[in-house]
Amino acid sequence: MAVASAEKTARPTRKSRGNFFTLQHWWGILWVLPSLIAVMVFVYGFIGWTARVSVSAWKGLLADYTYVGFQNFTDLASDQRFAIDVQNTAIFTVVFVLGCLGLGLGLAILLDKGIRAEGFYRSLFLFPMAISFIVTGVVWRWLMNPAQGDRLSGLNLVFDKLGLDFLVNSWHGTPTWGIAAVAIPAVWQMSGYTMALYLAGLRAVPESLREAARVDGASELQVYRKVVMPLIRPVTLSAIIILGHISLKVFDLIIAMAGKQVALDVPAIYMWTTTFDGFFFGRGAAIGIVLLLSVAVLVIPYLWYTLRQESDT
Amino acid sequence: MTTLSAPGSRRAWVYIPLTMMALFYLVPLYVMLNTGFKSFDEVSLSTMWNLPSGFAFDNFRAAWEALRPNLWNSVKIVVPAATISSVLGSVNGFVLAKWKFKGANIVFPVLLFGMFIPYQAVLIPLVTFMSKIGLAGGTWGLVLVHVIYGIPITTLIFRNYFATIPETLIEAAKIDGAGIFGTFTRIMLPLAIPSFVVVYIWQFTSAWNDFLFAVVLTNTENWPVTVALNNLAGSQIIAWNVQMAASFLAAVPTLLIYVFLGRYFLSGMMSGALKE
Amino acid sequence: MTAKKVFRFVAVLLALTLVAAACGDDSTSTTDGDSTATTLSSGGADEVEVFSWWTGGGEAAGLDAMIAVFANTDPDITFVNSAVAGGAGTNARAVLASRLQANDPPDSWQGHAGQELIGTYVAADQIEPLNFLYDQEGWLDVMPETLIPLISDGGNIYSVPVNIHRANVLWTNPTVLADNGIDVPATLDDFFAALDALKAAGMDAPLAMGEQWTSMHLMETIMLASMGADGWNGLWDGSVSWDSADVTAALEAFDKVLGYTNSDASALSWQDAGQLVLDGDAAFNIMGDWAEGFYRELGMEPNVDFGWAPVPGTAGLFQFLSDSFVLAKNAPHRDAAIAWLTVAGSLEGQDAFNPVKGSIPARSDGDRSLYGEYLLSAMDDWASDTVVGSLTHGVVANDSWKSEIDSALGLFLLDRDVAAFQTALVAAQTASG
Repeated sequence: MAVASAEKTARPTRKSRGNFFTLQHWWGILWVLPSLIAVMVFVYGFIGWTARVSVSAWKGLLADYTYVGFQNFTDLASDQRFAIDVQNTAIFTVVFVLGCLGLGLGLAILLDKGIRAEGFYRSLFLFPMAISFIVTGVVWRWLMNPAQGDRLSGLNLVFDKLGLDFLVNSWHGTPTWGIAAVAIPAVWQMSGYTMALYLAGLRAVPESLREAARVDGASELQVYRKVVMPLIRPVTLSAIIILGHISLKVFDLIIAMAGKQVALDVPAIYMWTTTFDGFFFGRGAAIGIVLLLSVAVLVIPYLWYTLRQESDT
Repeated sequence: MTTLSAPGSRRAWVYIPLTMMALFYLVPLYVMLNTGFKSFDEVSLSTMWNLPSGFAFDNFRAAWEALRPNLWNSVKIVVPAATISSVLGSVNGFVLAKWKFKGANIVFPVLLFGMFIPYQAVLIPLVTFMSKIGLAGGTWGLVLVHVIYGIPITTLIFRNYFATIPETLIEAAKIDGAGIFGTFTRIMLPLAIPSFVVVYIWQFTSAWNDFLFAVVLTNTENWPVTVALNNLAGSQIIAWNVQMAASFLAAVPTLLIYVFLGRYFLSGMMSGALKE
Repeated sequence: MTAKKVFRFVAVLLALTLVAAACGDDSTSTTDGDSTATTLSSGGADEVEVFSWWTGGGEAAGLDAMIAVFANTDPDITFVNSAVAGGAGTNARAVLASRLQANDPPDSWQGHAGQELIGTYVAADQIEPLNFLYDQEGWLDVMPETLIPLISDGGNIYSVPVNIHRANVLWTNPTVLADNGIDVPATLDDFFAALDALKAAGMDAPLAMGEQWTSMHLMETIMLASMGADGWNGLWDGSVSWDSADVTAALEAFDKVLGYTNSDASALSWQDAGQLVLDGDAAFNIMGDWAEGFYRELGMEPNVDFGWAPVPGTAGLFQFLSDSFVLAKNAPHRDAAIAWLTVAGSLEGQDAFNPVKGSIPARSDGDRSLYGEYLLSAMDDWASDTVVGSLTHGVVANDSWKSEIDSALGLFLLDRDVAAFQTALVAAQTASG
């Protein structure tokens, strides 16, 4: 498996200096220039443009760049719908990240035991990754059909048939906590990925270390707690950041499962509806910027740390 | 706690949670296929878990009728996008790993950050810009967008791969008088084929599964399958059983890739965490 | 995988790319054709570019039928149908907006009659008044008098409505009502009595409701019932304040009605909600009259499997919504656009469109032999009732105002705090003003 045998992260192989004026040097720049320009325009340029819109009075069909300062942002701070969005994002993130980490680590530990059919199970746990959130949403929308009484269907019907009536619930129709139900399909989709990350981490722990602990009389549980877990902490960190930024961006899944309703609203959807349905371009841009900043807070330190670590080795 | 002495017994209990979890992962697939194969008469929400009495293709036929143009649109978007992305990514990755220029160490993270941005932060300019240059609505606009927002990850995968290639190969080529072009095409490209597969699959899958860009940038007649599927599910004149079959059809191409080229798929996934 | 196999794989993919590229060219040239046509043709043959988001089902078929009429009356004008949809019209509006910003308007486009058009395009000075056309064609005599102010701004009429749907319709299950000895309720009090009786008889949710926009639909009909035509109209023309006691009473009535609805509403579409009534799981549903088309598609008999009446308390009122066409300011082909609008408002054009779409003509002189039982009753009411506008479907408020109301409603469905809701509705008016 590619992961298991993965090499250490790439490292630059030589210092690049002294050849600034050579032709070769310019060739290199020339080759990356198209991509660099495209990214400068479509990522940084557009972010700047959005930032400009976010401090404008643009409301309505035609662009209006009248400067209004941070009005759109302060309005958001007192916007009750945005407060719901923040609450929903928080609940979703907690359920989603913890669900993926717990399930991912559990499965990875089980698979790490050198069982037969490991490949089969691993492939099974990972296949949802290949599916789009839209497909996931459409299918789970029916699995989590909240209808009660004799219209019971989906998972509720299974619970009812198995005599597990107490599990029958109204899923994403539940007040306040409905968003947690939406996180379940997201866990279904991303926990396999978390498992793969952990599995790679576990495989990188030298067997000799575990063996040494066992010789010292540690139980299998202690081996995991005292020896393995500390060593795979960086994997957990990576996973939290990757999963966390996915959950800040969640959009398709909710649209496919529940459409546009305030009860299950998140910033990405609010941005969408207020901009394109309500023509509040200034407010939409402000939400976009808030989203960007929260992702940046999470990702930039990680990027910086990873790349620095790489150039240190 | 448990003494896990005999390896044999240890294995045995491990299969219980594994199999239970396997069921959890398979439930949606079961529902999709099970419902898909029922005839229209047999379909009812209250019997959604019962096996079909025989194989009928009513649902798949109806879903195929509804989604056929959109599946084709997806192909028209995804294949060029993945191909162009692979080429661009290999060029960037090569330069950033093996043909470094002053500032390359800044260019790389600058490119990389684009991988993580929430696209809501670029949506308003993107829609405005694309319609100004006349690329909103059709499939080519979407190809362009997937290529550009794919630059970070494709560059990353190729760069990490090229970095593992020994420097001596490059030096040897230089001594033989090869320029950047010769080194790239004759030495590096043939070595990078596995990375091409990884990048191709990655871009194929993410472009196929994209919804947000497609919904803002394409007209109805150019909708890819994700947007059309969401629309089917929203309209509800289309019964849920057809939605199930349609979901399956929309997932087939990426599932096939996963089944047959899973190793490369996974390797792309891992790069997403900046780990190879 | 051996290197050779991989090479073959890549070669196949490249070949596929070329094929896709070739086909892709077709589609771009057709879509581009629409936008380039306007610039190319200014000196050439006459044509009219009409921008719509009717791309499927009865709507698109209806448009085609009307285009066929246009081809007969004006054979020398080419009709360029720029049907751009996506994201439920959202996408099309973004494309239209950017074309208007670039001063490249299509000649005419489609939109919900009323403030959705006026608040967006009149405010941005993009469409022309059509009073001259109404005078010339005598439309003022064949369209209801109370309709005209709703599609006008400052005395100017801005669009030509081609079809009419009714929002304030109560759909019933006649069997359930008969079994429980309940008459179709005529007033809000009757309605509450009926709902209570059904609840007492063991029906948990006698009124079926669906996802959030259907609750806005329910809200507007109940508010209309509670406030009457003048009160409702006053909310939108500024003569009735949103913090008045009448609004409080109306919102309280709405809150009470919500108490009889199904708990899984947010997961249901309007069709699902309608289905609950057909199946006898609920007795009532309040939905626009496109529901009738849905019922008939399911093979249901009018007045046997389902019944209808005005929403209790709204008899004599016709809460309408309509799709209509406008004339762009600086239209590249102004005369051709006027010819198209003339057909859109003509008896022939409307009688071609509406039987196919399943709606009634905006004109009250439609050919009655073309319409079914429900539509005939709607035509009678349209000709005689007082016409008021729908909020959910773009007549009384512009998009910005509507989306603010939608946010407030969404929050209200969560906390059911009437006072907070009313405050939010007052704020919604200010924010979008």
